[in-house]
This record gives sequence, C-alpha cells and structure tokens, in this order.
Amino acid sequence: MSDIAATASAAPPVDVSASLPARLAKGFVGRLVIIVPYLWLLFFFLVPFVIVFKISLSQSAISMPPYTPVLDFSSGWSGFVGKLKQLSFDNYLWLTQDALYFKAYLSSVVIAGISTILTLLVGYPIAYGMARAPATIRPTLLMLVILPFWTSFLIRVYAWIGILKPEGLLNQLLLSLHVISEPLVILNTYTAIFIGIVYSYLPFMVLPLYSSLEKMDYSLIEAAKDLGCPPTSAFWKITFPLSLPGVIAGCLLVFIPAVGEFVIPDLLGGSQTLMIGRTLWNEFFSNRDWPVSSAVAVILLLLLIVPIMIFQQAQARAQEQGK
Amino acid sequence: MNATWSRFNITSVVLGFAFLYLPIVLLVIFSFNESKLVTVWGGFSTKWYVSLFQNQGLMDAAWVTIRVGLISATVATVLGTMAALTLTRYTRFRGRLLFSGMVFAPLVMPEVITGLSLLLLFVAVGLDRGFLTVTLAHITFTMCFVAVVVQSRLVSFDRSLEEAAMDLGAPPVKTFFQITLPVIMPAIVSGWMLAFTLSLDDLVIASFTSGPGATTLPMKIYSQVRLGVTPEINAACTILIAVVAIGVVIASIANKRREVQRLRDEQAAQRG
Repeated sequence: MSDIAATASAAPPVDVSASLPARLAKGFVGRLVIIVPYLWLLFFFLVPFVIVFKISLSQSAISMPPYTPVLDFSSGWSGFVGKLKQLSFDNYLWLTQDALYFKAYLSSVVIAGISTILTLLVGYPIAYGMARAPATIRPTLLMLVILPFWTSFLIRVYAWIGILKPEGLLNQLLLSLHVISEPLVILNTYTAIFIGIVYSYLPFMVLPLYSSLEKMDYSLIEAAKDLGCPPTSAFWKITFPLSLPGVIAGCLLVFIPAVGEFVIPDLLGGSQTLMIGRTLWNEFFSNRDWPVSSAVAVILLLLLIVPIMIFQQAQARAQEQGK
Repeated sequence: MNATWSRFNITSVVLGFAFLYLPIVLLVIFSFNESKLVTVWGGFSTKWYVSLFQNQGLMDAAWVTIRVGLISATVATVLGTMAALTLTRYTRFRGRLLFSGMVFAPLVMPEVITGLSLLLLFVAVGLDRGFLTVTLAHITFTMCFVAVVVQSRLVSFDRSLEEAAMDLGAPPVKTFFQITLPVIMPAIVSGWMLAFTLSLDDLVIASFTSGPGATTLPMKIYSQVRLGVTPEINAACTILIAVVAIGVVIASIANKRREVQRLRDEQAAQRG
C-alpha cells in the first residue's frame, strides 16, 4: 500500500497530460479534499466506537458521567498498565447471565430476517411492474417510490397506530364489512412490528431491485419463451438470477438497520415485544447504565459487522461497474 | 415491448402505491377531524391547526429542528461532496479502504449505536449536550448520504471536459468551480435536500445527543405520541408532509426546466 503511494508521489511533477486528481493532489487544495472529510469521520465515527468499547469495559457508578473511567491515558505508561488490571468484563458477563439480552438479540435477528423476506416478497412485484412500465411514466413511478422516503419516518410509523388500534380504521372497516365479528388485536404484537418494518423500509428494497431489473434485457425472456420455457421457470432461471445484485443490496439495506430498530418496536410493538434496540435505549435512558448499554452496542455491532462488510463490498463493486 | 405492461404488473404497482400512500392520506384526512377521537370522523375542522400554532413548546421545537437541519445539511453537503470527490478521484492513497468503510457503514448503522457512540464522544471531550452536539451528530450521519448521492453523479461524469479546460490553461481549482461543480450541481442540491430531511426526521440520534433546551420536533412528537394519538399531532405531521412535498415538487420542476433548457441548448449548438 505504502509502495503504491510512494511511486505515485515520485511521479515527475511536470506532466501536462496528468489528470485533474493527480494535479490537484499535488496542491494544497487537493490534499484538503481528502483530509477534511477523513479527519471528520475518524473523529466523529471511528473514535466514538473506541470510546464505546472502552466504556463497556468499565464499572458503572452512580455519578455524572455514570461510570468510572478506565484506560485514562493521561497518567502515563505505568498508570496505563495499572489501569489495564482494572479492566472488567463484568458487563459482558452480566449480558450472558441474564437470558433477557440473549432473547432480545435472537428475536431482533429473527424479526429483522422475517421482515426482510416479507419486504422482498412485497417489493419484488412492485419493482418488476415498475421496470416493465412504459418508459415515459417510469421516472414518475420512481419519484412516487422515493417521495414517502422524504416524509418523516416517525410520522409514517405513527400513521399506522391509528390504523391498527383495536378501535382503529382497519378494524372499523373489517367490522362494517362483517369480515370479523370482534376487533383484531394487531397493535402491540409482533405482527404490527412486521407491518411497520415492511412499510417503512419498502423504498429501500424497491429502489435497488428496480435499478437491476430495469437494466435487464427482456429479449432473453422472449427467447426463453420461444424455446418453450414456461414463464415461472423463465423467471427463476433468468429474471431472478439477473436481479440478484438488487436483491442482495435491498435485503442488506433492510436487514441491518432493522436489527437495531427502535422506533417501530417501541411505537407499534408495545411493551411485550422484545428487540435489542429498545433494550439498549431502556438500559441507557431508564436504567442510566452506560457501561451495560455500551456492551449491548458492542455485541450488536459484532453481530452486524459481517453483513455491513458484505454491504460495503457490494457498494464498492457497484461503484467500479459504474465507471 | 412497452405494450407488454401486463395486467399483473399494473396491479402490483397500483397495490404497492396504495400501500405506500394510504396511511399517509388517512393521517392527513384525520388532521381535519372535528372530533378529538382520531379514528371517528366528526366533521371538517381546522381547529387543531389553530391550537398547534398556540402550542409554544411545539413551535420552539420546530424552530430548533429547522436551524439544526439548515446548518447540518449545509456543512454535510460540503463535507459529503469532498468525500465523494475523494472516493471517485483518488483511487490510491493510504487508508482508502478505511475511508470508504467509514462513508458506507453509517448508511446502514443502527441509529441507537451511532447515537450512543456520539454521545459518549461528546461526554469524553467535555462538550455540553445541546444545539451544537445535535448539529455535529447530524452532520456526521447525513454527510455519508450526500457522499453517496454526489458520488453516483461523479462516476458518470465525462472527465474529458475537465481535461479540455486544463489543457487550455485553467488551474485545477478554477476548473473544479467552473466545469465540475456546475455539472454535478443537481446531485449536490438533492444531496442537500436529503440531508435536510434526514435531519428533520431524526429521533434516535437527536435523543441521545441533545440536551435541555435543544428539544427537536421529532423528540417532541415522540413524547406526545407515547401519551396517545391526538389530532394535533396529525396536524403537525400534515404540515411537515406539506412542506416536504412542496419542496420536492419545486425541486423536480426546476430540474425538469433545466433539462429542457439543456436539450434546447444542445440542439441550438448542433444547428449553429
């Protein structure tokens, strides 16, 4: 890595055909373009994780801030070694001893997984229909998918409370149509969480699916049909494999944030449902236990690190292909 | 091929949009409800809007939210555009992998983790929680969205334009401001709008990083929603939706006009 950088900087300075970046990079401004966002993200994104990790290893104390600091670098090397002995894995032990946390992690992953599959099932026909729409109305359809994304997440979740309540609009409709004789209990159940996640994350699924389906060459399907391939088998053998990059991107965009979701389980799931985002929130805001909530965050991050890396790889690959 | 927009495809698109829009439409309708019961129609009324504007707490929160949104979206757009330039133009420098990781990871990072980690940072450096900390937090998570939006435009950018300008003797910085920036401007504008709406919308990160005196509108709405659904909140939500919808419509009309103008210019250039 450093070799490449060294050769790059050793290139002859007077090169008329050099591209803009090469010439910019030599100047102060070019360096600034890299350095400013780099330092910003290092300080506000990476350093905070180190702090979370550090605090997850400290003891909780009833003061402000409510933990006893460990790894205080100001006391020099001997102080540092002394502090190392005080590191405590108590918070992690605590997490393994209380079955609540394990259940919360497990149910978050299961809920996010089921919701992702449901979102894919709902989103695929929409994306497919949009991709096959006349080219003239496709931009309008695209904008209509993006538009709800601009309206507040909180508002969209809130809107479902009025619909799903026992005396809410859905029950009123079904009662008046005599489909049901007693109001359905949907609000404050896992069903409500599924509806909330599918609804809120649907655009994240539809957009990548649409962009990979739109690029597809439909003459392939027609060729398959001409050769006597039934439509379902043509779908599974041609359409679906070709849309796979969109499927993967969409599923990751839904799954990863859904595991740590707080607003949806809190507003639609009621107190009975268990999700780790809410556990972390309560640990922090109600119990004021910063070390334990940090430990919860560290484990959640470890749980998500593999999907996040797959997502980043997929993004980088898409960027390469775009060039 | 366009003739093959089958009945199945039309149905799935129509049902999909009904699912996406019906809850929002119902929310707007019931903000004009006379009755205090949100789900029982009691006649048309705008009284909830009146009481909304008399609610000083909500108004203060709205003002805080708008200021945070304007400042953070603007700074995030500058930083995000720089990050996008770095990602597309500088293919080799030390730590590039780490950099792209730091740009893409916040897009999917659960908000509770981002919020908690930023709060602990602010406590560690001894920054009092309030307006400044919320703004810094919002800049950090929205700049990555701006970077992705701008980057997608930069990837398809025809770089021979820049090379031509520089061959004619324009210095790189001038080339950037006179050639590159105008071309990627639509992406920068939509990046700004995305950052602004994400900031307006955010509940979780703001709850972690704000302190007394810097309550944002989503925090206020959230605390009222927990107490129960009221038409007043519906009214507040309707206003927010209207503001966003008007903004998006204006932006898309402006975009379309620019596009038409560009086509006309190109045709004129070809004829001339």
